[in-house]
Amino acid sequence: MDLRELYQDIIVDHNRNPRNFRPMAGAVRIAEGYNPLCGDKLSVYAKIEDGCIADVSFVGSGCAISTASASLMTEAVMGKTVAEAEVLFADMHALLTGTASGDPARLGKLAALAGVKDYPARVKCATLSWHTLHAALKGELTPVVTE
Amino acid sequence: MTAIPTPNLPETYDVARVRRDFPILDQRIHGQPLVYLDNAATAQKPRAVLEAMDRYYREANANVHRGVHTLSERATALYEGARDRVQAFLNARAREEIIFVRGTTEAINLVAQSYARPRLGPGDEILITHLEHHSNTVPWQMVCEQTGASLKVVPITAAGEIDRAAFGQLLGPRTRIFAVAHVSNALGTVNPVAELTAQARAAGAMVLIDGAQGVPHQRVDVQALDCDFYAFSAHKLYGPTGIGVLYGRRAVLEAMPPWQGGGDMIRTVHFAGSTWNDLPYKFEAGTPAIAEAVGLGAALAYVESLGIERIAAHEAALTAYALERLSAIPGLRFIGTARDRAGVVSFVLDGVHPHDLGTILDHAGVAIRAGHHCAMPVMDFYGVPATARASFACYNTRGDVDALVTALEGARKLFGGRG
Repeated sequence: MDLRELYQDIIVDHNRNPRNFRPMAGAVRIAEGYNPLCGDKLSVYAKIEDGCIADVSFVGSGCAISTASASLMTEAVMGKTVAEAEVLFADMHALLTGTASGDPARLGKLAALAGVKDYPARVKCATLSWHTLHAALKGELTPVVTE
Repeated sequence: MTAIPTPNLPETYDVARVRRDFPILDQRIHGQPLVYLDNAATAQKPRAVLEAMDRYYREANANVHRGVHTLSERATALYEGARDRVQAFLNARAREEIIFVRGTTEAINLVAQSYARPRLGPGDEILITHLEHHSNTVPWQMVCEQTGASLKVVPITAAGEIDRAAFGQLLGPRTRIFAVAHVSNALGTVNPVAELTAQARAAGAMVLIDGAQGVPHQRVDVQALDCDFYAFSAHKLYGPTGIGVLYGRRAVLEAMPPWQGGGDMIRTVHFAGSTWNDLPYKFEAGTPAIAEAVGLGAALAYVESLGIERIAAHEAALTAYALERLSAIPGLRFIGTARDRAGVVSFVLDGVHPHDLGTILDHAGVAIRAGHHCAMPVMDFYGVPATARASFACYNTRGDVDALVTALEGARKLFGGRG
């Protein structure tokens, strides 16, 4: 297995320059995610208007997989309806845990994370931001913990 | 089938020969020769240990201390022979002072629950340090909650050494127990445990030393240290998992009630009440880890065959070489820079999270630990979520260090590092 399958250029780029990496004043939804095993910690902010994600951002610290996954996620769900984002959450969960059917290419840039499924110890790094977004959209107040 | 004799010490340290004693090292990981640098988590096992445990199950397996048949006598002799070897290894006064437990963690919990819990109350203090493993923190937090005693923490310096002045100030008439690591698993710091013990005992405190990282790297003499308790695990010392040792001063152990009830720890059982067995069996409830004790005995024999001082010297040379090579890598920062350190090197690399390093290094065949090392307060102190840690054992070579350095350069390149 080539390491480049995991650390594709797009992952390395989003790790170095994470998109939508900012706290959000007046965010409607905020959720916190924590992976005690790695110490990865992040907060996801979302502003919902008319059932759409008008703005989404994150802050926190984590490994390249976790940071790039969060960054790519904010790009992917920006402007989508909450329902569409939930479908994407399910698709990403399936992709990262190796239970997806169909061509990952339909997920666009997010498909770059497909390599993670071959690294069982790293799957939680990639799913943390998605679980946290999911919690934010559901309005759950308890921090998300993956381990 | 009694204790294994200690072979004569070889004249020089031949690491190539040592490596041949460890079958697991002879393999490739992702196509690269395995470079095992996660020894502070657990060490690999020499053939002598594997064979002793296999032979035990093939030739001697039976329960101990109860059968009158030949196999039970064999098993008992092997199990008790391992205790004798531990006694000699630690230079304990008596074999009764050696309690077999599951590991360091269980040893500390035993002391917390059997020594501290019945004696401590509000106003009493337990003193630990900022560099402890969670195993030498949480059992004390639990007993504080149970008794109303309070936990005090000796701060560390930026180098990762215990702040001696603060230790002197925190140590007081209310300090009942001082619990300290011999060697920090996260930083490699070797604590001056003999001096700390003398100071704490002079103040009237009992002293427990967490020796999980201590015994693999130096000669430990519990009489010279003069501590009340010393705990270690077999698996970091080339022995099996599932067994460890609590050394306790005999008078202290005798005054402690049993911790767990069950077989082997009783003398008589009646529904109106039971009486306890003598030391060390009072603290060994249930069928013990017999094969693991045999494995531990074989591991100690192996370590003595190489010479713990020779192993220590080999590791010290390797650590010095690693510090020199690693410090030349741009963006690499050591976490913990104590003057006196064992073969444990913790570091972070600019722009590459330790967990990514762990994965990238694994692809080069290099096994290191990435994480908080069960020492979250240490990570908080240095303001890092995690570190990468390379730790050395008797079989590591300069070539292993070179492979680590090459793999780290590869990680920097992959992540677009400059310089």
